[in-house]
Amino acid sequence: MFLAPSLIGFAIFYLIPFTAGVGYSLMDRAVGGQFVGLDNYHALLASDSFRKAAINTFWFTVVTVPVIIVISLGLAMLLNQNLYIRNVLRTAYVLPLVVPVASIIIIWQILFDWNGSLNAWLSHFGLDRVDWMKTEAARYVVMVVYLWKNVGYNIILFLAGLQQIPRDYYETADLEGAGRLRQFTGITLVYLTSTMFFVMIMSIINSFKVFRETYLIAGDYPHDSIYMLQHYMNNTFMSLDIQKLTAAATLMVGCILMIVIGLFAVERRFRQFME
Amino acid sequence: MTCMAVCLLFPIGITFTNSIMTAREIGINYGSIGRMDDSGFVNLKLLPDLVSFEQYYKVFVESPRFLMMFWNSVWMVMPIIAGQTLVAAFAAYAFAKLHFRGRDKLFLLYVLTMLMPFQVTLVPNYIIADRLGLMNTSSAIILPGIFAAFGVFMLRQFTMNIPYAYIEAAKMDGAGHVRIFFTIIIPMIQPGIAALIVLLFADYWNMVEQPLIFLDEPLKQPLSVFLSRINQDDRGVAFAASMLYMTPMVLLFLYAESYFIEGIQLSGIKG
Repeated sequence: MFLAPSLIGFAIFYLIPFTAGVGYSLMDRAVGGQFVGLDNYHALLASDSFRKAAINTFWFTVVTVPVIIVISLGLAMLLNQNLYIRNVLRTAYVLPLVVPVASIIIIWQILFDWNGSLNAWLSHFGLDRVDWMKTEAARYVVMVVYLWKNVGYNIILFLAGLQQIPRDYYETADLEGAGRLRQFTGITLVYLTSTMFFVMIMSIINSFKVFRETYLIAGDYPHDSIYMLQHYMNNTFMSLDIQKLTAAATLMVGCILMIVIGLFAVERRFRQFME
Repeated sequence: MTCMAVCLLFPIGITFTNSIMTAREIGINYGSIGRMDDSGFVNLKLLPDLVSFEQYYKVFVESPRFLMMFWNSVWMVMPIIAGQTLVAAFAAYAFAKLHFRGRDKLFLLYVLTMLMPFQVTLVPNYIIADRLGLMNTSSAIILPGIFAAFGVFMLRQFTMNIPYAYIEAAKMDGAGHVRIFFTIIIPMIQPGIAALIVLLFADYWNMVEQPLIFLDEPLKQPLSVFLSRINQDDRGVAFAASMLYMTPMVLLFLYAESYFIEGIQLSGIKG
């Protein structure tokens, strides 16, 4: 009874659409279509723009997620030591998370334009200017924007994880003469395992969300190097190519599922290994 | 560390200082943006030559459409927050404290949809919105928002922390589930509700994809979409409108920061 309102709405707006989506991906038309098996998937995989989008999304995630994890873990450990300024700094790190994308877009434009500030600074040092949004460099711009936005989120998670590690572990390790590095790998990393997995999952999911920024800065068809799956999906939607879109969506879900299940399997094994 | 914090705050600070410049100064500073010629660099100024509220005046008095978009945002986000919190509180109670068949599998399904990007259910959602006659109305955005799984997920974490003993004791005294829910659960998960409200506000105040797909008319768009469509002439006003758009969120965050952080942490403890 308590579940009913949620379940009905959830079914109408999420469950049924999702199942229907998988169904459409196997038909030749969305309405009154015939079953065509994996044809749409063949067409999809043969499409250049899809491959480009998938490869870009893949590399973006593979490169960005480790980078953000290293940076946010480092910052979290620094913050964890210094109680005095911790709260102020933490607020500063988390603030970008709540600032609406649209409010900051103008700033990104001013920084990364051909005539923008970043190029102005570069030329100050006698360097050539870079067309940030229309060359391979766009990749780094999107990465910076992603880091800017999400580093605070991970820091909160890591700080919570770090504070659950009992102090005496480090004291014992100190007495036994373990060095800083040894303590880091032997205590900190081990006890952060479950936090780490969650941070990884969230970072991957948030890396998909950077689409908002990319879209607002660069529009429907950005430079090739930052053409993501979401661009592809939005564009196939606009051109009403429902079959390809649902096939792409299903593939994406499959990949995310595999990543999540994989991460949990690794975590479980790791836990058993520790016990 | 502090240096990093300054870098992170830099874009926000710049938006503020530029919002109190005169339109003339903005025009001179950023005139060359979007031009591919070498017409000279922009001049990113940290401090205005002359402090002026001209741009705010323009937003409030001369360009009512900005305020209209602002209210569009408000009227989309408020029902989502209210609706999702209510619906999720009920469902969270069911998932955390009631026993029924298939409960955990169903919950897993909720969590999975939470992880999926918006584009995944785009087409079927579009078709459903179309069938229900919701296209081009804000309901097409509000209704899916109300039933999103995130609230259920988070409030469940908070509800799980309530000891069964309280519920057992209430049952002994003859309280039914409805009574237990309103007199025990709701008061005890208030921090969770606060956390959820802040997180939802942050998320939906930011939304871009949904309005782009579901709303055709520019006048129905929220400010988040509209701000990005601003052209050269309006850039000055855009700074003021950006500040205006950012302020409620930032104030709410500063006010409820501890809840916000608790919400994120708790969602991480049992992923």
